[in-house]
Amino acid sequence: MSPREDATRQRLHDVLCEREKEIADRWVGLQLEQTDANELDASDLHTEAAQLISALTAGLAGDTPVHRLVVSQGELRSCVMELSLHRARAGASPTDTSLAVLSLKQALLEAVQHTTRDTAELFAAAVLINRLLDAAGALSFETYVEGREEIIQRQSRQLLEVSTPVVRLWRHVLAVPLIGTLDTTRTQVVMESVLQAIQDHEAQVAIIDITGVPAVDTAVAQHLMHTVNAVRLMGADCVISGIRPPIAQTIAQLGIDLSTILTKATLADALAAAIQLTDEPTLATGGATDPAAASR
Amino acid sequence: MTLYDEEFSARRRLTLRGHASAPGGTRTAQPVHATHAVRSEQDLLSVRHAVRAATVEAGFALVDQTRIVTAASELARNAYVHGGGGSLTIEVLGHGPRRGVRLTVRDQGPGIPDVDKALTDGWTTGSGLGHGLGGARRLMHEFTIDTAVDRGTTVTAIRWNDR
Amino acid sequence: MNGPRPSAVPILRLGDVLVTGLLNELDDTSALAFTDELTERIAAEGARGVLIDISRLEIIDSFVARTLTELTTMARLLGARVLVAGMRPAVAITLVELGLELKGVETALNAEQGMSALGWSQVHQPPGGVPYDALR
Repeated sequence: MSPREDATRQRLHDVLCEREKEIADRWVGLQLEQTDANELDASDLHTEAAQLISALTAGLAGDTPVHRLVVSQGELRSCVMELSLHRARAGASPTDTSLAVLSLKQALLEAVQHTTRDTAELFAAAVLINRLLDAAGALSFETYVEGREEIIQRQSRQLLEVSTPVVRLWRHVLAVPLIGTLDTTRTQVVMESVLQAIQDHEAQVAIIDITGVPAVDTAVAQHLMHTVNAVRLMGADCVISGIRPPIAQTIAQLGIDLSTILTKATLADALAAAIQLTDEPTLATGGATDPAAASR
Repeated sequence: MTLYDEEFSARRRLTLRGHASAPGGTRTAQPVHATHAVRSEQDLLSVRHAVRAATVEAGFALVDQTRIVTAASELARNAYVHGGGGSLTIEVLGHGPRRGVRLTVRDQGPGIPDVDKALTDGWTTGSGLGHGLGGARRLMHEFTIDTAVDRGTTVTAIRWNDR
Repeated sequence: MNGPRPSAVPILRLGDVLVTGLLNELDDTSALAFTDELTERIAAEGARGVLIDISRLEIIDSFVARTLTELTTMARLLGARVLVAGMRPAVAITLVELGLELKGVETALNAEQGMSALGWSQVHQPPGGVPYDALR
């Protein structure tokens, strides 16, 4: 580190110590000017500003190079991330979020201006502040995007759960009416909830009704097969109902063997078959027929 | 500022990732990173516990935990039976809310002469049903085999929590 | 292995049915010892049914799967019917994805239903004589 940079860093540190309140207020002011102020609470902004500035001061007192300070200094880093996540959740735009962090530059530089009029020194300070806070802007943007992604993921998970209800139709008979396009993820969620429900209700038959499913591809048909096999491994039976002509065609064309699976045209037929199955002694066989069972 | 519970957990996860993405590091967070010997039947059991712990740490749901532990069991058994013993390395990978577990199983055994064949179900030279490699591959998202005759085998397998 | 030795897994006898259960911490040697002991008991005691409770198993890999399939085949050759009861949902999913369907192995939801499927009923009525959902 050059002596000049050292001196500039020291200056910035001192300015932050001396004018902490002033810088914080100015920064909050700038943010409120830039953004739709009604989305953000001014007192929240003040708390954030105070935290970030004290973290910044502490960071500058150390010897981490400025351009790495924001990423490697724990407290500073988490301040920037908290601030960005908070905005992501509050619905602020990514631009506003980054600009909020970057506007601290202006507040800092103005504070430095009070301590020196020397252009060379001011220039050095500006360069230092830029290097310091550009990293913060980048981190803020990244955090914002990840925060949003997480929200989206959580929502799509919730949607998945809502769209796959498992209902108890009769004693020991469960039904899963599937509506809409089935993709691999959804079919997997269905499989898991069916199996869990079988265990919870001690169900002997699970009916998967696909009347509301417009089409299936190989992967989905494969997952349905998996579901049926897993249900059997657990000791229950599975009936698939409501296979519509186009789906029957697909299944035939794909050469998927559904011959070992009990299929029925309608949910009503499936229920009748299921009730019949539950009248017989509980039994399921994985795959091949069992001679011992037949002879009994 | 108000710190909601979920906000806090999100931040914690991001921080884990963040420390690792600091300059010079990889993008791999390593709250769990350990190598276990696979040299005895007892090791096969203890490896399962270690993998289970890692999947819990990475926040996997029960079914995914079971998939990963089962795959680990298959791979470790392969290394033990065919490779004459080896090691299993467990890593928790973190990309923000996206987390994963990477298993790396190494042995110094005879190697696999025909990888495609070894991945085919029903093909086996030892115990099991010959579903070891192919089955483990189906349970994981990413799967690579590095092998050469007389130079041992290294299998790397990853499962993510968002697929 | 030097001949059969007592396995760590208890095997109970209820009438002509042998009842046993597998645990998580079963190593390969013990699993093989268990297979040996169970087949010997089937032959020696003329058991007609075997119930294996696996509700405690957190994973089933291809080794355990093979053990179960072989047990079923051997028991059938000895005239006994094997029922595997209580497989956990996560285990069932994983097993299917692994490509193992335990061909020929009969399954039941839990030990109770497995026992009734083996014709062992608490009120001593013939199999199928008591509808499970008589209140329907």
